[in-house]
Amino acid sequence: MDIQAPTTHLRPPGQDRGLRDVFANRFLLRLIVDKEIQIRYRGTVLGLLWSYLKPGVQFLVFYIAMGVFLDLNRGIENFAVYLFSGIVVMNLFSEVFGNASRSVVANGGLLKKIYLPRQLFPVSNLLVAFIHFVPQLAILLLACFLTGWHPGIKQLLAVLVGTLIISLFSLALGMLFTTFNVFFRDAENIVDLLIMVSTWASPVLYMWTMVREKLWDWVYYVYMLNPLTVAVELFHYGFWFPTTDNPQIWHIPPHLLTGWTPLAIVTSLILYFLADKLFRSQEGNFAQEL
Amino acid sequence: MSSSTTRHTPDRTEADLAIRVSHMTKEFVLRHTRSMKEAFVWLVKGRKGDLTAKFTALNDVSFDIYDGETVALLGFNGSGKSTTLKMISGVMNPDSGEILTREKVAGLIEVGAGFHPDLTGRDNVYLNGAILGMTKEEIDAKFDDIVAFSEIAEFIDTEVKFYSSGMYLRLAFSVAIHTDPEVFLVDEILSVGDEPFQKKCIGRIKDLVRRGKTLVVVSHDLGLVMDICERGIVMDHGTKVFDGNVYGAVAHMRNQPEEDVRREHEEGLARALEDKRRKREWQAREAAERGEQFVPQYDPDLDGPLAG
Ligand SMILES: Nc1ncnc2c1ncn2[C@@H]1O[C@H](COP(=O)(O)OP(=O)(O)OP(=O)(O)O)[C@@H](O)[C@H]1O
Ligand SMILES: [Mg+2]
Repeated sequence: MDIQAPTTHLRPPGQDRGLRDVFANRFLLRLIVDKEIQIRYRGTVLGLLWSYLKPGVQFLVFYIAMGVFLDLNRGIENFAVYLFSGIVVMNLFSEVFGNASRSVVANGGLLKKIYLPRQLFPVSNLLVAFIHFVPQLAILLLACFLTGWHPGIKQLLAVLVGTLIISLFSLALGMLFTTFNVFFRDAENIVDLLIMVSTWASPVLYMWTMVREKLWDWVYYVYMLNPLTVAVELFHYGFWFPTTDNPQIWHIPPHLLTGWTPLAIVTSLILYFLADKLFRSQEGNFAQEL
Repeated sequence: MSSSTTRHTPDRTEADLAIRVSHMTKEFVLRHTRSMKEAFVWLVKGRKGDLTAKFTALNDVSFDIYDGETVALLGFNGSGKSTTLKMISGVMNPDSGEILTREKVAGLIEVGAGFHPDLTGRDNVYLNGAILGMTKEEIDAKFDDIVAFSEIAEFIDTEVKFYSSGMYLRLAFSVAIHTDPEVFLVDEILSVGDEPFQKKCIGRIKDLVRRGKTLVVVSHDLGLVMDICERGIVMDHGTKVFDGNVYGAVAHMRNQPEEDVRREHEEGLARALEDKRRKREWQAREAAERGEQFVPQYDPDLDGPLAG
């Protein structure tokens, strides 16, 4: 009987088709996202208001430290808007990256017992992060309007593309590290470290010009290769740039829109492709390692 | 090794296959924690030998299961039964060999695996239902049945962490049993809740069998296994040592002649049936004395399967 060709109506169990399976399980994805939100704010009086409060306080701290004490306030026009549009990007990045990296281990109990598309977990963290991203964007928009924001279509597109880059890049990194994390729990600590460093490795608290002026040329190019830098600059271009009075003093990095942005998209796509490949090649071993 | 004989079609074809396992082998790494020093020495010495001890949990296991078959997977602790079910459900992959299954396979590997203590019973029904592969429409349609079966309707909007452990299992089992897969994989979960609920669960499983569902059951309750299953596969230290009639499998487990096992079980069944009949007669007499009309509760063992 074993020598006969396999029958056609049967299939090997546990075949994962990556994002396609996640999309096919939209209903489950939505329930998982709902669960995450409910659990995070269980027993809190303020609930989702915390997602306004936390970035608000974070902003105040940085504003006082960087803007007032270090005097960047006078160096950069509308420093508050500049600062916050960068912080918003970094928050999205660190939430997706941090939570997605933990997602497989955190859901180990379930993964060990029932088969379900495992990419649901990192992807659900992306969606949860977006739920926290929207209120922050709302505050940012308010600040922009107060400082006389008049964006064109190019600026809006820049913000959209920046968001896409961040989503793809952070999800890719999250899937990569969540796979490592199953085998070596050190990965969690590395992720924390990377998140800490990433705020300083992109122009959130200072301007990109400082990197070019103070450091060697090659550092600047490496710096610009980082999709995070590009996304932050796209946000600056979209939100902060249109609020400044004399744009001729402030300029975005040369070739940001024509060169660095397409490059960041390609980098993120390649990274995502690799992460997806690694994740799928290793996911069969998740259940026995957890 | 005798091949399985069941009341279903004796001449089954490839098209009736529900599960095919051929030459499934699985090794596990025994020692997971390795210190930096060990790893370093191992690397420096040219990666000779294995850093970790290996353990063969499944060794060249093959069997075919056809539609409508009810199969018991028996064996002592650690013989590889749960691992086999995990392979079939896709939770784990074999190192070598091939496994093929039908599209919709539901593993009731452990009840309540997807339950979250901080969600209400209602939310958990939806979440767990979706995890087990139900669509929103299916859960909506079956929600009332699920709650009714679990008999905890009053608590359905309470967070699950405030449930007693029995209530929690009731709800979880109820969700699991209302999924509608082509193949059911059941691992040691038939002992949930109090006795009345256990009977109800087993009744429900027998219902599934009557409706022709394919069932693979892991259980150490050999009497129960003989009630439910027709075929038995016995595992020992990761190899298949018996595959055939369930009585033969139980006989293999108990080291007893098959005839004795079959006779004992059939006597037990006859006794249980007799008890049930006597109980019904007694109820009828009681009712007659009170001058009420007696409507017996439906019991498939006494009244035969329901039409439709
Ligand atoms: N993830 C794992 N890593 C290492 N060893 C494992 C793993 N899972 C199972 N094993 C080993 O494989 C063997 C078979 O385990 P399995 O759970 O299949 O046994 P079982 O037949 O279900 O036993 P029981 O009757 O106790 O439920 C055991 O010796 C167990 O230690
Ligand atoms: Mg087991």
